[in-house]
Amino acid sequence: MGSSAKPSSKHEFSEESMINLRDKGAELWANWNRPKRVAFALIVIFGVFLLPYAGNFSFTSILNTPIASYQAILVYPVGMYVLMALGLNIVVGKSGLLDLGYVAFFAIGAYTAAILGTKTHLNIWEILPFGMAFAMVAGVLLGLPTLRLRGDYLAIVTMGFGEIVRIAVLNTNSIGGPNGIPGVPNPPPVLGQSFDLANPAHFFWIIVVMILLVVWMVRRLSVRRPGRAWEAIRQDEDVAVLMGVRTLRYKIWSFIIGAAIGGAAGVIFASQQMFVAPQTFTFNVSVLILSCVVFGGMGNIWGVILGATILAYFPERIRFISNARQLVFGLALIITMNLRPDGLLPRKKREKLGSKAKAEKEASDV
Amino acid sequence: MNFSVVTSQFFPLLLNGLALGFIYVLISVGYTMVYGVLRLINFANSEIFMLGTFATVIVSHSIFHLDINSNPSHGFKLIVILLCCLLASMITSAIAAVVVELVAYRRLRSKGASRLSSLISAIGASIVLSEGVRLLTHSLPVSNPRVLSKFNLFTIHGVGLRIDQVLVMFAGALIFFAVDRFVKATRVGKAIRAVSMSEENSLLMGINLNRVISITFLVGGLVTGAGAFLYETVYETTVFNVGFNMGIAAFTAAVLGGIGNLRGAFYGGLTLGLAEEFFSAILGSQWKAITVFVVLVLILLVRPNGLFGEAVQQTRV
Repeated sequence: MGSSAKPSSKHEFSEESMINLRDKGAELWANWNRPKRVAFALIVIFGVFLLPYAGNFSFTSILNTPIASYQAILVYPVGMYVLMALGLNIVVGKSGLLDLGYVAFFAIGAYTAAILGTKTHLNIWEILPFGMAFAMVAGVLLGLPTLRLRGDYLAIVTMGFGEIVRIAVLNTNSIGGPNGIPGVPNPPPVLGQSFDLANPAHFFWIIVVMILLVVWMVRRLSVRRPGRAWEAIRQDEDVAVLMGVRTLRYKIWSFIIGAAIGGAAGVIFASQQMFVAPQTFTFNVSVLILSCVVFGGMGNIWGVILGATILAYFPERIRFISNARQLVFGLALIITMNLRPDGLLPRKKREKLGSKAKAEKEASDV
Repeated sequence: MNFSVVTSQFFPLLLNGLALGFIYVLISVGYTMVYGVLRLINFANSEIFMLGTFATVIVSHSIFHLDINSNPSHGFKLIVILLCCLLASMITSAIAAVVVELVAYRRLRSKGASRLSSLISAIGASIVLSEGVRLLTHSLPVSNPRVLSKFNLFTIHGVGLRIDQVLVMFAGALIFFAVDRFVKATRVGKAIRAVSMSEENSLLMGINLNRVISITFLVGGLVTGAGAFLYETVYETTVFNVGFNMGIAAFTAAVLGGIGNLRGAFYGGLTLGLAEEFFSAILGSQWKAITVFVVLVLILLVRPNGLFGEAVQQTRV
C-alpha cells in the first residue's frame, strides 16, 4: 500500500482542519458559563422555529424549494428524517448495532395512527403513546432473538424484519392492503393552532419540539449508565461483558428507545399526510436514514442532525433536475464518504486512541 | 395455505427451485467473496447483477439483431449467441465490480475508515448505477428476445425438464466448481484466502493487497455476471431495479450458508431457491419475499453463524 501514502497525508491535513473546527466549537462551548450557553441555545432554537418563514424574505429565499412547498418539505422529509436519524443514531451510532430495518418502527407508528385514528375516537395526541408503545414492543420482539447475533447477521435480520412488516401490511386486506388507509385524522389544535395540510409550519414546530426532547434525552442518557454501557458495547463487546456490562439488556434498551422515536415519527407522519400506504415504507427509507446517520457523523447528535437535514433537503432543492436528482444524491454520497469517512461532524476522536497514536507516530516519522 | 401442491407439483417445484437456486448461488458468490476479504457487504453487487442482465439484452438485441418476434435460434448459431451473451454479461459485471471497488472502496480502505462508511459509499455507488440505468431506459422494463426455445428435454413422471433449467443447473454448477477450484487450488486463490484470514499478515508475506482485492471483485463480478446471463435465459426480462430483490435474496443465501464461506454460498443458494419455490406455492406468491426472511431468521436462531459456519471468520480474532 505504498502508493496510498500521498493521498492519506493529504487527507490527514484536511481532517485536521475540520477537527479543529469541531473542537473549536466544543472548546467555545466548554468555556462559556451557563447564562451564555442558555442564551445561545435559545437563540438557535428560536432561529429553528422561524425556519418556516425563511422562504418569505429575499435574503433567505434561496432556501425555497422548487415544485414542492418549502414549508411542507421542512416537515417531511427534513423534520421527519432528523427525528428518525436521531432515533437510529442511538442504535447505530451509540451502541454500534447495524440496523437496516428501521423503517419498520416508522411503519408501525404510522399504521397505529391510521388504524386507531380511523376506527376509534382517540385523537392523535392520545394515539401517540400507543404508537410508541407498539413500536417498542416490536423492538423487544425483534431484539430478544436477534441481538445475540453479531454484525452483518443482525443487519440482514433487521432488513428482513423491515421487509416482513411491509409485505405483511401489503398483503393484509383488512388494513387496506396495497391501497393503504386514507382519512387519517389531523391532530386536534394545541394552543389555538390548528393542524392541517394548510399549516405545515405547525407540524414543523411540533417536530422541532420532539427533536429537542430527543436531543435532551440522548444527551442525558449518554453521560449515564446506559450511555456508558452502549459506548462499551460499541467499542468491544467481549470486553464489555468481562467488565460486567449486561450487554443484551442494554442492546435491547437501545433498540427500544430507537424504536419508540421511530414510532413517534410514524404517528406524526401519518396524521400530517392523512394517508398511509405500504409503498412509503420501503427498504430505501431505512437505507436513507442510515445514510443520514453515517453521512453526518455516527454517534454525534449534531452531526446526525446536520447530515439528515442535508440529505433530506438537498434532493428537494435540486428537484429542477428532477430525473437525475437521485443520481446526484448517489454521487454526493460517494464523494462525501471518500472525503470525510467519519461523516461531516464526527464524534470526538479521543475515543479512537489507536488511530490517534498511529497518526502521531506517522507525524513524528515525517 | 395449500399443502396439496407439494405432492401434486413436487417435481416442477423442485426443478424451478433448483434453477432459481443456482442463479442465487452465482450471485451470492459475488457477495461472499467480497465479504471474505473485506468483511463488507458489497451493496453494489445487486447493481452489478443488473448491469449483467442489461449486457445480455443489449448483445442479443444490437449485435445479433434479435427482437421479440424473431424465431428461437438453433444449432451452432444458438451456441454462439449464448456464449457471446454470457461473455458480455460476465465482462460487463466484472468491469463494473472493479470500478466500484476503485471508486467506492479503495480510498476509504487506505484511510482505515469504519465499515459503515464503506457501506454508505457502496450504497451511493448502487444508487448511481441503478439511477443511471433508470434514466437511460426511462424506467421501462426491457424484454430479452427468446434466444433459447424452451422445449422439454425429456419428461419424468409426466414432468418436463426444460432446456433452460438444465442449462442453468449445468452452467451454474460448472461455474461454481471453477470458482471453487480457483480459490482452493491456484496461487491467486491462495492469496485471496490469505487476505481473508489476515490483511496484515498477508501484507507481511508480500501479497499485493490492492491487487488481490481487485481480483476478488473481478472474480465476484464475473460470477455474478454469469448469474445475470442465466437469469435472463430463464426469465427473459429486466428492469433497472431487477437487482434489488435478487440482491437481497442472494445476500440472504450467502448469510444462510455462512457468509465468507464459498461452499456455504452454494448450499445456501440452493436451500433458498427451493425454500422460496415451495413456500410460495404453499402460501401464495405474494408471501414469497417474506418466506426468504422467515427461513433466514429461523435458521440464524438455531445456528447463529449460518448453516455451514463462517470458514474464514473463525480464524479472525
